[in-house]
Amino acid sequence: MKAPTGIGGFDEITRGGLPCGRATLVTGGAGSGKTLFGLEFLVWGARKFGEPGVLLSFEESAAELATNASSLGFDLPQLEREGLLAVDAVRIDQDALVAAGGFDLEGLFIRLGSAVDTIGAKRVVLDTVEVLFTALGSESTVRAELSRLLRWLKDRGLTAIITGERGRSGELTRYGIEEYASDCVVVLDDRIQDELATRLLRVAKYRGSPHGTNEYPFVITDRGMVVLPLTATGSAHPAPDERISTGIDRLDHMLGGGVYRGSTVLVSGGSGTGKTSLAGHLANASCERGERVLFVSFEESAEQLLRNMRSIGVDLHRWVEAGLLRLWAVRPAAYGLVEQLVQLHRRLDEFMPSMAVLDAMAGLNHLGTSTSVSSTIASQIDMMKGRGVTAVLTSLTHYGQGESSALAVSSLMDTWLLLRNTELDGERNRLLSVIKSRGSAHSNQIREFVLTDQGAELLDVYIGPRGVLTGSARMAQLADERAAAAGRGAQFQRRRQALARRTAQVEQQITVLRDDLATERDELDQLIEQDVAAGEGRDADREMMAAHRWADPGTTKDPEPDQP
Amino acid sequence: MNTGGVSSGQPAGPADDVDGVYFDLRLYVAGQSPKSILAIENLRRVCDGYLAGRYRIEVIDLLETPELARGEGIIAVPTLVRRVPLPVRTIIGDLSDTDRVLVGLQLSPDGLGSL
Repeated sequence: MKAPTGIGGFDEITRGGLPCGRATLVTGGAGSGKTLFGLEFLVWGARKFGEPGVLLSFEESAAELATNASSLGFDLPQLEREGLLAVDAVRIDQDALVAAGGFDLEGLFIRLGSAVDTIGAKRVVLDTVEVLFTALGSESTVRAELSRLLRWLKDRGLTAIITGERGRSGELTRYGIEEYASDCVVVLDDRIQDELATRLLRVAKYRGSPHGTNEYPFVITDRGMVVLPLTATGSAHPAPDERISTGIDRLDHMLGGGVYRGSTVLVSGGSGTGKTSLAGHLANASCERGERVLFVSFEESAEQLLRNMRSIGVDLHRWVEAGLLRLWAVRPAAYGLVEQLVQLHRRLDEFMPSMAVLDAMAGLNHLGTSTSVSSTIASQIDMMKGRGVTAVLTSLTHYGQGESSALAVSSLMDTWLLLRNTELDGERNRLLSVIKSRGSAHSNQIREFVLTDQGAELLDVYIGPRGVLTGSARMAQLADERAAAAGRGAQFQRRRQALARRTAQVEQQITVLRDDLATERDELDQLIEQDVAAGEGRDADREMMAAHRWADPGTTKDPEPDQP
Repeated sequence: MNTGGVSSGQPAGPADDVDGVYFDLRLYVAGQSPKSILAIENLRRVCDGYLAGRYRIEVIDLLETPELARGEGIIAVPTLVRRVPLPVRTIIGDLSDTDRVLVGLQLSPDGLGSL
């Protein structure tokens, strides 16, 4: 027999909750969430399971408790008015208290007994009894009385939580009160892990019951505690036979008729390979069937996503308007990993979609180590499978990673579509292949994934002597083949024209060269003419000089008057 | 039980200190347990010794009026509460340790030695 706590995730770990009619120790450091654990146990007990409860608080006043609880949406005074809860704040003023002789804690028993009887309580929380040790001084008396108190609770069949404070050197509790609550021990911790503050819960002991022994991360949300993993009760996932369309006919065909409803589809690929576009088609196809889709975008804003999808001919806006599509754009850093998961969980709860798209999981790599990311994703997938939600996850693979998915979660996937870019002849083109698809015969063919303004299309790729041809190379290849049949007339025509142009050019050049030659000839004639004229003059001079030399050397001045 | 009578004790004594002041005490017990009986006996002895004629004891059995345990913030039994003079003082235990009782009531054994 177990008493469910109503705390999200905890009852799954413990397969039903706390041991009914027995006491559980919940221990942790200051601020680790002990009081909240106890509060939720009482609040959900009263609200969901019809079990009224008593809270005996040694640390906080009733007013403080009510304020703290209201910040989590719990209205304690209202529960008290309805007779579902009794809060008794035990205030011990140590300064005004003196011990003079033997005593017992009968007063506490009377108070508790009276409260339990008044509302017919089934649950009791003592938060935290360790205060008694410091307040009352006599440790041996407090020990004896605590032991008696636990027996008393048990005798009355009350399911109890006693909280304790962790010892400074790692003991479960400062005063060793775990020996009084030996049936079940829950340890809460608050640690910095991968530079992120992480709250962890561990069931250290649970007599007579199997329980998960791991440390489970938990978060305190504005609606209370949530412990991960958030698996649905029972691990048997429904496995419907129904197939749903991906929104791309040829892809459906490749997958043997679409993907199974409630299965998990991974779309991986490098950046710009069209992962989001493909996911958008799946979402669109769901909405066209009148089914709700939650689209979680870790990379784009809602507006960007709608615009980008519109540009490839997929109008998602109408589905948002129709209330079928809900977009949730979240920055990976906005929440811790665990909290993100909790938020997702809540949105799934609220919206109840039949498909959820997580675009892109790689964004999660910014947070935590990849093992913790993987386990979180595993939880997410588990969570969605348990709800029968078809999950579409996109994942960024970096260049060179090829088929090894960045997150090593591919084994959890039912269908895995790989998108690749090929680079050939100075252009990039997209290729799609089906790596696996559980439970279906699927195509082993590679297709070219083309995004048009009418939506995505899959085209046959051309396998030629140079390998797989896509894009322009494929088109060129096809064009060439057509050209071979159509003849080479155009080519001759072009060559003829070119020849004509060349001829004209050459002729023009010849004319120019001829002109050049003519000019050169003219210049030469002119030079020769001048030279002849100058030659005659020089002969006359020479004769004159010779005449002078031969005649009389003293008369050298004579020829001067003769100079012209 | 009659708290009205308590306050009348205060203006009667001209002295400011505890010596002449009227004491209004409440002893919370749980039934006729040995500790309860012992506490009542011990309290009477101390009061007769140190507060003769200027004290009043009200014994409250929490088994009969359990709501008072919460109202008065009682957890240990027996609990003695000095309601007057102020401030309120609380002494827990069977009061067998007279010195501690005097400390709790803020009565000095020396100052009251004349009795």
